[in-house]
Amino acid sequence: MARKSEKYIEGGLFAGALFTVLTTALILGVLLYETVIFFSDVSIVEFLTDRQWTPLFDEKHFGILPLLSGTILTTLVAIAFSVPVGLVIAIYLNEYSGRRFRSIVKPMLEMLAAVPTVVYGFFALVIITPFLQGIIPGLAGFSALSAGLVMGIMIIPYVTSLSEDALFAVPYSLREAAYGMGSTRFQTAFRVTLPAASSGVIVAIILAISRAIGETMIVAIAAGQQPRLTMNPLVPIETITAYIVQVSLGDVPHNSLEYRTIFAAGITLFALTFLLNSMGNWLRKKFREKYD
Amino acid sequence: MTNSGRNRLIDRAFSVWGVVSTFIGIALLLMFIGIILYDGLGRINWAFFTSLPSRFPEKAGIYTSMVGTLWIVVLTLILSLPLGISAAIYLEEYAKKGRFSNILEINISNLAGVPSIIYGLLGLQIFSRTMGLGGNLLAGAFTLALLVLPIIIVATREAIRAVPGSIKDASYALGATKWQTIWLQVLPGASGGIMTGVILALSRAVGEAAPLIVVGALAYVPFVPASPMDQYSVLPIQIFNWISRPQAGFSTNAAAGILILLAITLAMNLVAVYYRSRYQRKSN
Repeated sequence: MARKSEKYIEGGLFAGALFTVLTTALILGVLLYETVIFFSDVSIVEFLTDRQWTPLFDEKHFGILPLLSGTILTTLVAIAFSVPVGLVIAIYLNEYSGRRFRSIVKPMLEMLAAVPTVVYGFFALVIITPFLQGIIPGLAGFSALSAGLVMGIMIIPYVTSLSEDALFAVPYSLREAAYGMGSTRFQTAFRVTLPAASSGVIVAIILAISRAIGETMIVAIAAGQQPRLTMNPLVPIETITAYIVQVSLGDVPHNSLEYRTIFAAGITLFALTFLLNSMGNWLRKKFREKYD
Repeated sequence: MTNSGRNRLIDRAFSVWGVVSTFIGIALLLMFIGIILYDGLGRINWAFFTSLPSRFPEKAGIYTSMVGTLWIVVLTLILSLPLGISAAIYLEEYAKKGRFSNILEINISNLAGVPSIIYGLLGLQIFSRTMGLGGNLLAGAFTLALLVLPIIIVATREAIRAVPGSIKDASYALGATKWQTIWLQVLPGASGGIMTGVILALSRAVGEAAPLIVVGALAYVPFVPASPMDQYSVLPIQIFNWISRPQAGFSTNAAAGILILLAITLAMNLVAVYYRSRYQRKSN
């Protein structure tokens, strides 16, 4: 009797686990289904090479490049800010600071990632943009620069915590050897620990990039709504995520070509983040095995 | 200056730079919050909590979006908790090491990295359209439940792993079955860690706007949702709506709304941090 009900319970738990696979299958299915229909109206060549994205205008162009360049631009700004800062924090916490300092600072840093992104969007638009406009003449009211910088603040804890794991995994004997040779903490950190942890740091950067690419509300609020093929961070642009929000807020009829553009844009976004995440997770597994 | 003197100087300089970097993000955040307090605190009064949205900034309030957020959080919890905990128990206690459990693991870490807006597209097609739920609370809660599922699974698995094997051995030695051991020993022992994960997952759900916009949550809801089948707005979407309006009065409203939203999410995170530290001390 008891044996039998235990089997049912195991079956139920298994169904729960299987549900996660179903979720992935549904995501892929939904995106592919709508995209395939989309590509029966728009050629893939146009989608990948046209330099304009104007599905909501009379003269329609369906080139993903402007949305892609907007996404990459904000991501670059965010990464250029968060990686140096986040990495220095990780090195400082691991190689310099005491345990007590670390245990106080880490929860505070995690708070940065806990702030809702719509709040960061407000910061970017109302505080950072006017401030930067005072320094950089010609900065537009919406720009990749201010959205990217604020996104960078949000991403700091991701970079820090992943790089810290990597630095922490470096065997202590390596550090002791460096100290024994008379190295300073700085020399030990940058010539011994950091190179030894480099694959883990690369993982941190890859996953941070993926996080930045998928970020939505900050760019929807502060980066503008103008798809533009440019690498100039001072002008309004539009990211893939912001475009999906823009269409969702308007009243585009279901089953129209305009409606399907958000799935075509979505699958591009999904493919990018999926590639980066897979690469990051694969590398992380690989470097973990090295010291085990 | 000697070589070693220079090296020592660089070492010192970096330690200063480390402290500066550590606090730069936190300092900026505190400065932002300070400015928002200055902008928004004066706007918060009782009427702000009890008023419906309005075209006139000074009359508008967060009543409907607060109720919407509450609905969403409760429904998301109900939907995601059983699923997340079952999946975690299965993976920790039942799954045999092998190809299949490997696929499950990789899949969950990939799901955790899927951008929230993609969950919105999933919800739009499956819950809103195929299941015909439209833009109601249930469609939003289903979507967010899938979004937070990986967070709950990962946290629950860690908590289960932290339960000492000796407790399980003792339970088996007394003749308990596998499920009795899990239900009566492992889960209670892991409850602190599970709790931490669930609170963090819900705080994520409270702050999400993008996926809910995609599944059809409204920016303007002049009534209070009374059942899961009703249309709704949530606090972050209300704030987003106010931010995107040109009149200055709405910017003040947005600042005031942000103060409320920040208070909720930071309180949830503090509770989670407290739980975690208490639970770590206990297991040490």
